Amino acid sequence: MPKAICLYMHVHQPWRVRQYSAFDTGVDHNYWGAGDGEILRKVADKSYFPTNTALIDMLNTYPEFRVSLSITGTFIEQCEYYLPELLESFKALVNAGRSPDGDQSKNRVEIVGETYYHSLAFFYSRPEFDRQVAQHAQKIEDVFGLRPTAFRNTELAYNNDLGKWADTHGYKAILAEGWDKVLGWRSPNFLYKPPGTERIKLLLKNYKLSDDMAFRFSNRSWAEYPLTSGKYAAWLDAEDAPLVNLFVDYETFGEHHWEDTGIFNFLKALPHEWLSRPEHTFMTVSEAADFYEVKDEVSMPHVVTWADTERDLSAWLGNRMQQESNHYIYAMEQHILETGDIHLIGDWRRLTTSDHAYYMSTKYWNDGDVHAYFSPKPSPFDAFMDYMNALRDVRFRLIKNHVKRG
Amino acid sequence: MKLLMLGWELPPYNSGGLGVASFNMAKALSKRGVDIQFVLPYKAKHHEAEKFFDVLPASNIPPLINENGDYVAMGAYSGTCSVCRSRSCKHAKSYVEGFIGATRRYADEVARLVTRRKLHPDVIHAHDWLTMEAGVRAKLISGSPLVVHVHATEFDRAGGHYGNPLIHEIEYQGLVMADRILAVSQLTKNIIVREYHIPADKIEVVHNSLDPGDLDDIVVDANDYLYAKELKKQGYTIVSPGGVRLTAQKGISYLLEAMALAMTKNPKLLLLVPSSGDQRNQIIEMAADLGISDRVIFLGFVRGSRQRELYQVTDIFVMPSISEPFGITALEAAHSHTALLLSKQSGVGEVLRNVMRFDYWDTRRLADEIVNISLSPGLSGELCDGAKREYLKFSWADVAEKLSHEYSKVMARAKRNAAKWVEFAAEGAAHA
Repeated sequence: MPKAICLYMHVHQPWRVRQYSAFDTGVDHNYWGAGDGEILRKVADKSYFPTNTALIDMLNTYPEFRVSLSITGTFIEQCEYYLPELLESFKALVNAGRSPDGDQSKNRVEIVGETYYHSLAFFYSRPEFDRQVAQHAQKIEDVFGLRPTAFRNTELAYNNDLGKWADTHGYKAILAEGWDKVLGWRSPNFLYKPPGTERIKLLLKNYKLSDDMAFRFSNRSWAEYPLTSGKYAAWLDAEDAPLVNLFVDYETFGEHHWEDTGIFNFLKALPHEWLSRPEHTFMTVSEAADFYEVKDEVSMPHVVTWADTERDLSAWLGNRMQQESNHYIYAMEQHILETGDIHLIGDWRRLTTSDHAYYMSTKYWNDGDVHAYFSPKPSPFDAFMDYMNALRDVRFRLIKNHVKRG
Repeated sequence: MKLLMLGWELPPYNSGGLGVASFNMAKALSKRGVDIQFVLPYKAKHHEAEKFFDVLPASNIPPLINENGDYVAMGAYSGTCSVCRSRSCKHAKSYVEGFIGATRRYADEVARLVTRRKLHPDVIHAHDWLTMEAGVRAKLISGSPLVVHVHATEFDRAGGHYGNPLIHEIEYQGLVMADRILAVSQLTKNIIVREYHIPADKIEVVHNSLDPGDLDDIVVDANDYLYAKELKKQGYTIVSPGGVRLTAQKGISYLLEAMALAMTKNPKLLLLVPSSGDQRNQIIEMAADLGISDRVIFLGFVRGSRQRELYQVTDIFVMPSISEPFGITALEAAHSHTALLLSKQSGVGEVLRNVMRFDYWDTRRLADEIVNISLSPGLSGELCDGAKREYLKFSWADVAEKLSHEYSKVMARAKRNAAKWVEFAAEGAAHA
């Protein structure tokens, strides 16, 4: 039985609401600041470009190497708007793994499906969720010529309903957190079946090994510091079961850990160390779903995410500001869509991006720990204010331009 | 340890927050076992204070009473003319001169006290410019190290103007002669460094606290705010700067402008303002000019239980101060479960995180914050609950701990210096 690493990396940038006051509402309909372009360029230089170069190198050197990505629609939009050469770089990465016979299932770079806007629509509006997933699939097809066959929800927020949804929509695989409280004695290194589904397979993140790389790698007070790819490969080999799911943010490479921590050398040396044993290999998400049988059924009635120690949505929906703003945005859905006004609908959808609610989180605000949560806003209250002012402007446009009087 | 504390007033004879802060500090220090002699410029019985420390009068003068019948100890020290409300007129100047005379007399009396009683405290702790000269004199006589506590500078009181040069001079002398300076906020520390050119490492920030016992929930039966409460039932949001005096320093005119702007977005806003202080007439006129008189209620003189009830009826507390060294009223407002909007020029903003900030001159920003809070139960709820959770994060006991630490640093340095002098003198004798 081969032993595989399934490396999956998530790429996302949101459209951030600029400082937008109640006096802009009804006057200025542009909510998006120039800061997005600067952030994109900065992260691209530190992370996206060098990581893409490293991955292309690895694909060219090791025929067994595979990688899966998820790229949000808002990220692609921002590339098109601010940095087209970055999108070309991602296309080059996908092409480096493209099967010469045109069979998508043999591609060595997979793109996983998700919502276009990195939203939490699944928990608020199923029809809107469907539309955003379809919009994302269309965009991936237009840009990369691929049709997603695996699915991940925003923040890996998963429950049994999502498993069933993905099954009925024909996906082979769906990703979730391998959380101990759900798994009990079971290992995350097998495939599982969500209850009440036919074909879909559940891949669970091995969070311990993923976080060794994503969070602890450059931590000098960590007992295992420094982490070499040889040591890491040995840990991966020691896992009891055939599939190790390493799910990380793309920015792990170059942004969370800067280049001078040695993270790129670590990444580039990993295939060499891992492939030194003949039974070792890499698989994409869909490949793993095709190859391995399910071990058991795993039920997650409650939402589990890959965030925080609680693995829940409390950083997105934990306080009243977040609940209120989410309530208002989805309450408008039907009226907004009925207008057929693509600019209005586009702005409204950008406001469904979950990052806005995240900036309103007060979870760690009281600790004063600026590193716990990244936010472009001076405080969660400012984040809420800018967002609500923008949302009121959306409502203003709706009423002014589209509500028939009389 | 033995501490000589020099203050201007203590409750119940206090004219403002200085008396309350220095009382709470001394009380918390005495609970840590510090032996305190607290010297005041007037003579009166302080039942509460005398439970915790010795209160020594520097004179036989009784405390003063103002036109409202309230004790003001040795008088308010705003430096503003009581006739024309100016700070630079003939009367204001002579008033300030009179005031400076009073601080000088206090200094003489403290010097006499220290000499007569042969006081050798481990540390002398002087509060604000009023007692600085006394502190310096006590230091020179006793040889004990001097700690100067800055609750406000003349720049703060002057509200953006230069203020009185004589007072600046007294402050400067005190700051230079001090062995250690305590500032009630980083903001105040920055002013001391910038305006008085004192090295930053000589200054330690010690934020004030609040004694919740002072704020025991009162039984609300007064009819003072019936109209406001009625409008509240109609969906109005009540905004107030709390029990401030209308002086330039407090920036109330900016709040008025912001209210006028905010009312264009949400008309259901009501502003409650006390109407005492030298800007009173100007503010009343301004409300009329802005066309919002109907929704601005002037409350007269607000103190004591009327003030606490004001916080209870207030939904949004605004501190638009141009220069506020600390601003303890924000903590009182937080206790009464209000949303807090603090100017970035207010020191209390350094200890609270569940608040919104604005530059005092940025009236659009302030209006924006008022509108949003008034329209959103989510935002106002998070702000109220958050501030209520954190406003007592630092107690007076924490303040006392920090003070003790500063005292021991100063005492250790004084001992080292004394040893050096002995050495130096011995060397000199050897050469002779």
